[in-house]
Amino acid sequence: MARLHPNGPKPAQITAGRIGLYAFLVVAALFFLLPLYTMVVTSLKSMPEIRLGQIFALPATLDFSAWATAWSGACMGTVCVGIRSGFWNSVAITLPSVALSVFIGAVNGYALSLWRPRGANLLFGLLMAGGLIPYQIFLYPMVRAMANIDLYNSLAGIILVHVIFGLPLVTLLFRNYFLSVPEELCKAARVDGAGFWRIFFEIMLPIAVPMVVVVSMLQFTGIWNDFLLGLVFAGRDNLPMTVQLNNIVNTTMGERTYNVNMAATILTAIVPLAIYFLSGRWFVRGIAAGAVKG
Amino acid sequence: MSIKRKPNLSATIALLPTWFVAVVVFIGTMAWSIRLSFTNSTLFPSSTYVGLAQYSKLFSSAKWLASLQNVLIFGVLYVAGCLLLGFLLAAALDRKIRFESAFRTIFLYPYAMSFVVTGLIWQWMLNPALGIQASVRSLGWESFVLDWVVNRDMAIYALVLAGVWQGAGLVMVIALAGMRGIEGEQWKAARIDGIPVWRIYVSIILPQLGPALAAAGMLLAMGVIKTYDIVVAMTNGGPGNATEVPAKFIMDNLFGRQNLGLATAGATVLVLGVIIAVAPFRYIMHMRDKAKGAA
Repeated sequence: MARLHPNGPKPAQITAGRIGLYAFLVVAALFFLLPLYTMVVTSLKSMPEIRLGQIFALPATLDFSAWATAWSGACMGTVCVGIRSGFWNSVAITLPSVALSVFIGAVNGYALSLWRPRGANLLFGLLMAGGLIPYQIFLYPMVRAMANIDLYNSLAGIILVHVIFGLPLVTLLFRNYFLSVPEELCKAARVDGAGFWRIFFEIMLPIAVPMVVVVSMLQFTGIWNDFLLGLVFAGRDNLPMTVQLNNIVNTTMGERTYNVNMAATILTAIVPLAIYFLSGRWFVRGIAAGAVKG
Repeated sequence: MSIKRKPNLSATIALLPTWFVAVVVFIGTMAWSIRLSFTNSTLFPSSTYVGLAQYSKLFSSAKWLASLQNVLIFGVLYVAGCLLLGFLLAAALDRKIRFESAFRTIFLYPYAMSFVVTGLIWQWMLNPALGIQASVRSLGWESFVLDWVVNRDMAIYALVLAGVWQGAGLVMVIALAGMRGIEGEQWKAARIDGIPVWRIYVSIILPQLGPALAAAGMLLAMGVIKTYDIVVAMTNGGPGNATEVPAKFIMDNLFGRQNLGLATAGATVLVLGVIIAVAPFRYIMHMRDKAKGAA
C-alpha cells in the first residue's frame, strides 16, 4: 500500500504527521513497557529502598537476594519454601496436558473432518457449546466425580481436567485444518488399503505439523497461565505456580516484601514470555488462530 | 467418504472419549448444577426442591447485584478499550514504520502472561503508598492522586486499565493481519481521490475489518464473563464490593461459603447470559453462511 505521488514514489519525508505517528507509538510502547520495567527494578531493590516510594528509580545496587528468596524461601501462609515447587508443579501439569490434548485434538479433528462418522456434527456442536460455557457451571459436579474416582487433588486429575477443557478449542483448530486437506489424499490412501490409524500417523499427522506447533503453543501458554482449574483441582501438593504466586503475594502475614513479590511474579511470567520471544511468529499465529476461530 | 463403510468403526471408536466428555462432562455436569440450583443445598447437595427460591435470594443479594453491575462496567470499557487501542496501534504500525516488529513485540507481550501476573503488576503500580502516586508526589506534585485500587469509586477502572494493557495487543495482531490483507488498489484509488489517510482507515479499512474485529470483541466478551483471576490477584473483589464479579461470587459460594444452591443458581444465570450474548452472533454467522451457500 505505497502512497501514490504524482511523480512516482518519493522518499519518505519528515512531516508533522510522521512525527505524531512516532510519538504515539513511543508513548504507547512506554505504557506497555513501564509495568515490566518497574517489576524488574523493584525485584532488584532492598526493602528500605522500596519504602522511599520511588517506584521508577533504578536500584542503588543490584541485589539479587529477592530472587533467591522468591525461588526457594518465600512464604505461602506459614510455609516458606519459595515458588520453586510451584514451578516444577506447573511443568509437571503443563507438559503432559499439552501432549495429550494436542494428540486427542488432532485425532478428533481428523476423524470429524475426513471421516465424519455418524453423529459427527452433533458431537462437534456439543463440543463447541461446551467450550463457550463458563467453567463455574461444571465445577462442583466435576469435583464430586473426580473425588469418586480418586483423582481429585492429584496430578493425574488436574491433567485430565486440562485435557477435557482444552478439547473444544483444540478439536476446532485441527478440524478446520484438516478440512483444508484435499479429501482425495485420504481416499487414495484408503484405496491402497491403509486404515484409519495408518492414514493418521503416516499421512495426516506429518502434514499437520505446523498446526501441531501452533496448537501446542496456544495450549502451553493457556495451561501454564491457568489459575482457576489449578486452584480447584490440583490439591495442595500440586498447586501450579500461578496459584502459589497469588498465595505468596496476597496472603502474606506481617510486612509485605515487595521485592520478593515482584521477583516471584517475574519468575511466573518468564516461561510464557520466553516462549513468546523465542517462538515469535508461531505464538502469534497460535493466538490469532485461537482468537479468530474460537 | 463412501468407498467402504467398515473403517468408520475406527473413527467412531476414536471419538468415544470425546463423546464421553461432551455428554457426561459438559452436559451431565451442567444438568447436575442446574438441578442443584433448584434445591436448598448448602454444604452438601440436597434433593429438597425449593423452586426459584435460590434465584430470588440471588437477586436480592447486594453482592450479586453489585457483581453484575461491575462486570457490565468492566466488560463494556474493557472490550471497547481493547478494540480502540488495538485498532489505533495496528493503524499506526500499518504506516510503514521503522522498528515495526519491535513495537509489535512490545504491544503483544502482556497477552502472553497470566491474568494473575497482570493483576499483581498493576496492583503494585497503583499501590498508593509506594507506587506511581508516591513517585509523582515526591517529584513535588504533592496533591497528585492515583489511588484507584483502594478507592471504591475507581477500583473497577483499575481493573479496566490492567485488562486493556493485557488485551489490546491481541486486537492489534488481528487488525494488523486484516489490514495487510487489504488490496493496495483500494489505497491507490482512495489516495488519487485525495481522501485523507485517517478517513481511509475509518471509512474503507474499518468496515472491511468488521468481521475480524467482531470475532475479537466476542472473544474478549467471553473472557469478561469468566473474569476471575485478575480480580482475585488485583483487588480480591474489594474495596467493599467495588470489584466483585459474578464468577468470583460463584466461586466464593461454591468453595468458601458452602452455599451450593446459591452458587449454582448464579452459575446458571451466567450460562444464560452467555447464550443470550452468543445467540444473535451465531445466528448472523449462520445466515451469512447460508446466503453464501445459496449464491
